[in-house]
Amino acid sequence: MIGFPLIVDLFFIWFPAAATVFLSFTTWSGIGGLKAIHADGVQNYVQAATNYPPFWPAVRHNVLWLAVFLIIATPLGILFAVVLDRNIRGSRIYQSILFLPVMLSLALIGIIWELIYAPQYGLLNSLLGRNGQSNFIDWLGNPKLNLWAVLAEASWRQVGYVMVLYLAGLKAVDPTLREAALVDGATAWQTFWRVVFPVLRPINVVILVVTVIESLRAFDIVYITNGGQNGLELLSVLITKNIVGQQSRIGFGSALGVVLLVISLVPIITFLVQQLRQEQRR
Amino acid sequence: MTTLSSALARSVPATDKRAKPRVTPARVGAHVFLTTAAVLWLAPILWAFYTSLRSYNETAKYGYLSLPHHLTFENFRNAFTQANMLHFFWNSVLVTVPAVVITLFLASCVAFVLTRFSFWFNIPLLIIFTAGNLLPPQTLITPLYRIYLTVHLPTFISSNGLLYNSYAGLIVINASFQLGFCVFVLSNYMKSIPIDITEAALLDGASVWTRFWNLTLPLCRPALAALATLLTTWIYNDFFWAITLISSGDKRPITSALANLQGQYFINQNLLAAGALITAVPTLVVYILLQKQFIAGLSLGSSKG
Repeated sequence: MIGFPLIVDLFFIWFPAAATVFLSFTTWSGIGGLKAIHADGVQNYVQAATNYPPFWPAVRHNVLWLAVFLIIATPLGILFAVVLDRNIRGSRIYQSILFLPVMLSLALIGIIWELIYAPQYGLLNSLLGRNGQSNFIDWLGNPKLNLWAVLAEASWRQVGYVMVLYLAGLKAVDPTLREAALVDGATAWQTFWRVVFPVLRPINVVILVVTVIESLRAFDIVYITNGGQNGLELLSVLITKNIVGQQSRIGFGSALGVVLLVISLVPIITFLVQQLRQEQRR
Repeated sequence: MTTLSSALARSVPATDKRAKPRVTPARVGAHVFLTTAAVLWLAPILWAFYTSLRSYNETAKYGYLSLPHHLTFENFRNAFTQANMLHFFWNSVLVTVPAVVITLFLASCVAFVLTRFSFWFNIPLLIIFTAGNLLPPQTLITPLYRIYLTVHLPTFISSNGLLYNSYAGLIVINASFQLGFCVFVLSNYMKSIPIDITEAALLDGASVWTRFWNLTLPLCRPALAALATLLTTWIYNDFFWAITLISSGDKRPITSALANLQGQYFINQNLLAAGALITAVPTLVVYILLQKQFIAGLSLGSSKG
């Protein structure tokens, strides 16, 4: 009962993950079978860092993506959850509306927002009166602006996601804790930060993990917007570009994959440590 | 005036059994905040919908930001037929349905073993499955792409004889990738079911399979329903696996076929909007009918852990 699923998981998930690490120290064009794989030391990493122009922009964009999620999208989602949890009339309707983008695919989100950002027909420029032939703002084309424009799209979805997760956590908080805080004369602000937030430690970790993982996985939106170039480079896109097509550089693409893998191990391990701790407490 | 309104507000709870909150500046502020947010959140979707309802000629003449002269579903009809959407929808069904069923079945098996037997390897296994689901897909894609080009399948499963560019390949990777999350959720759920039930059955001589299929799974129905909703939406919405592991455009499920649509209609925004919104229909159906299930699935994954 457990053998087959385990084999599937090991073969299609963990074996490729390990192979990414192995291949990153080799050169291989994919032609000539496994015999054509040559050991190459850390050359791929050196090359990525020194001789591959999109690498550092991609790293910077991934970091910025994470920063925007951590500083804006996730706190905003938590704020919505906290406000909605206060027994507000119509909170179901608000919740449903804010949650709607979570249902849509990221590719679709990219297209919907193109209708807003389009230089001459888009909603935003039309509202700003900047939709003329010469004075338009090219939100998605200008490499100084487009990452921010795309981050607005991604946050639009992330906020609703965080809100729902947090709301579930808040509902599970023992109401007597809050009543006790109220009796002791705590303000709503104090009650949240001193009582509710600490109790929600497990869910806070989950939210943190989700935030980091989602920002590392970011791919669909930039891919559908312009293929992930000209200001929208991300590690995930660079990896994909190096494996598909005629001139695939498998070792090099793997090295980029390892960079992403190493970063993603941080939230993964954080999450596992918390899970194991809870397991032991039971 | 103030006393009257506060008196009214106070008298409300008497008529309504649920205590209605009093009107305070904080509550008014919360409503203003939430209403503003709701309008901002809906705007992109409503704008896409509005654009899709207008004819190209009209928007070309008056601009997109103008009052409607004539609203029509023409764009939806054109996009649906011209882009051959029925075909791409069918591709999505071919991938999503088997992937969801397989994932849930395999995950229930694993969760059952992990929670009903105590082996030394239970915790390491749970870690393997859970962590696997958290890896960004891009960290696997390079070797996976090669594996897909190497693994041969019988031609009745894949017309080109490879995992690459086949529905089977897409089903397999979606199922493997989602397996971890489902194992995690289901094993947490099964832990909350009293073990006495299956132990009693064990004394009665029930086989492992009976205990699993006839006793445990029916009790997991709420979790399975929630996960099915979640998985259907996620796999339907998958873009990355389909873009990288399916090469021919006509084999792609509808979400990844959006990229074709975009190339096809980049000058006609009205048609693009209509086409894009059509792809959202299945997820909107889930949203309207099964939102509770969907949210329950998400919360099972986050708070029961």
